[in-house]
Amino acid sequence: MIIIGEKISVIAKQVREAMDSRDPKPIQELADKQWKAGAHFIDVNIGPAEDKGEDLMKWMVESIQQTVKAPLCLDTTNASALEAGLTVHNNEWGKPLINSTSNDPERFGMLELAAKYNAEIIALTVGKGGLPADAEERCGIAAEIMARAAEFGVPLEDIYLDPLILQVCTTQDQAMHSIKAIQMFQELNDPPMKTVVGLSNISNGVPKEMRSLIDRVYLTLLMYEGLTAAIANPLDKDLMDVVKTTDVFMNKTLYAHSYLEM
Amino acid sequence: MSYVVPKESFNGKVLSVDFGKDDKAISVGGENCLPFLSFEGDLPNRPVIAYEIQDCPPDDWPDTVKDVYKDVSGDPVTWAKHCQDNLNAKAIALRLVSTHPDRDNRSAEDAAKTIKDVLAAINVPLIILGSNHIEKDSAVLVAAAEAASGNNCIIGKAQEGNYKTIVAAALAHNHKLIAMSELDINLAKQLNILITQMGFDKSKLLTDPMCSALGYGLEYTYSVMERIRLAGLAQNDQTMQPPILGDVGIYVWKVKEVVAPEADLPEWGALEERGIAWEAVTATSMITSGTNLLIMRHPKAIETVEKTIEELT
Repeated sequence: MIIIGEKISVIAKQVREAMDSRDPKPIQELADKQWKAGAHFIDVNIGPAEDKGEDLMKWMVESIQQTVKAPLCLDTTNASALEAGLTVHNNEWGKPLINSTSNDPERFGMLELAAKYNAEIIALTVGKGGLPADAEERCGIAAEIMARAAEFGVPLEDIYLDPLILQVCTTQDQAMHSIKAIQMFQELNDPPMKTVVGLSNISNGVPKEMRSLIDRVYLTLLMYEGLTAAIANPLDKDLMDVVKTTDVFMNKTLYAHSYLEM
Repeated sequence: MSYVVPKESFNGKVLSVDFGKDDKAISVGGENCLPFLSFEGDLPNRPVIAYEIQDCPPDDWPDTVKDVYKDVSGDPVTWAKHCQDNLNAKAIALRLVSTHPDRDNRSAEDAAKTIKDVLAAINVPLIILGSNHIEKDSAVLVAAAEAASGNNCIIGKAQEGNYKTIVAAALAHNHKLIAMSELDINLAKQLNILITQMGFDKSKLLTDPMCSALGYGLEYTYSVMERIRLAGLAQNDQTMQPPILGDVGIYVWKVKEVVAPEADLPEWGALEERGIAWEAVTATSMITSGTNLLIMRHPKAIETVEKTIEELT
């Protein structure tokens, strides 16, 4: 199970302040903590970054990779900032991951960048209009994105299909639609398509003390259907223990009494 | 459309472990594919066979293998030199059998002296094995590790019941270490975790999942070794990436098939040939399931397996 550490986000006050003052230390510490906790990618969410986004993304990528030997997930809607990040990303520990494209023509440029920089890319199965109603609609959109990716020359194995997780407290029926979509996405290609979710969306809006529980139970169900990756909080030890335990049940890792310590 | 050979590639890689000194040092492991499948990956080091000797005459070995060493086995130094100089051994495994309480119960100090004498006489790498007595081995292997300090030996075997002292000794004197568990892949992993949690570098470790002879559970050993290798390669399980040791000779040279005389069982064929074949077949199975380092006894069996390795490489 691939974990994309979500903590470096413009939404967090501490991160935003460090970005504004170009103070690398808090960001590096947060990256290092997530990496040591088992994150495979570190998400770098700089938001729309309309003002000097290119400089900011470059600085973020370089600062983080000074500390952490891991590939990064570059998370912004600003294509030129994203490209600036890709130009400085160190691929020694893996390809960068672009977060994200979708079936919205405004996001097709991200596919072009993925092809140009040999990056992996997250594809949200949403279009320009409203949210997808069910798993079947998500699959239809996924197929269109896959066709588009082929036009741009992005190999299918570099795409992570994202069903778009919606919050359980307001759209309860969508929880099962997304799980079903994870299962159906894999059937769109052989070898199976990779899949990813933004996990914490499921618990958005629920009381804070319940979020971790909701996240980790939902993740278990998704993993059972073959989920490849999750954007999640690796500092949530209960969550990471559930990932490790589910990996044991799924025969992805070999059991040993100390498996939680690995 | 032309046929394309399907290839499997893995994210994981077996750790490369070296032992011995100077130009005689040997590396085992380092591959990122299954045994001998060189079209799928890199196999930087061939499997290595160490000649087994012991610190007292091999009275309990069957005649077939005892007789070939009868002129040298009275003294471990002579025996070691014979293996190195006359049999071209690439490595030697010295088993400190006489320290076992049920044998001569010789002291750790005696063992240390034997180690020093043997090391002074040879320049090929040395593997130092205890008598497989949990308590006694902790004392003997600690003394042996100290006596062999600076020689980059492999010492063992560290088991669940005694690994702490043996790991500490290997750490202190900079040796490589054999971690042994009894045909249980989950315990093999657990022991490797416990040993690395003591600060022992996993790239200095060898895993011995316990051997067995053809006809006496070889398929279990084969399967455990294969699963260890697949966990290390396919699942990239860091704890399952040390090279694998196959301690073959000790398990082969006691079974009925290597001791039953031809007079009693004429349909089984010549005893000597049978025994050699039994050890060679067992060892060959081990290397095809992922064993990187073998410990064997009969020169002709070793020669046969080395030839097989040459042909498969």
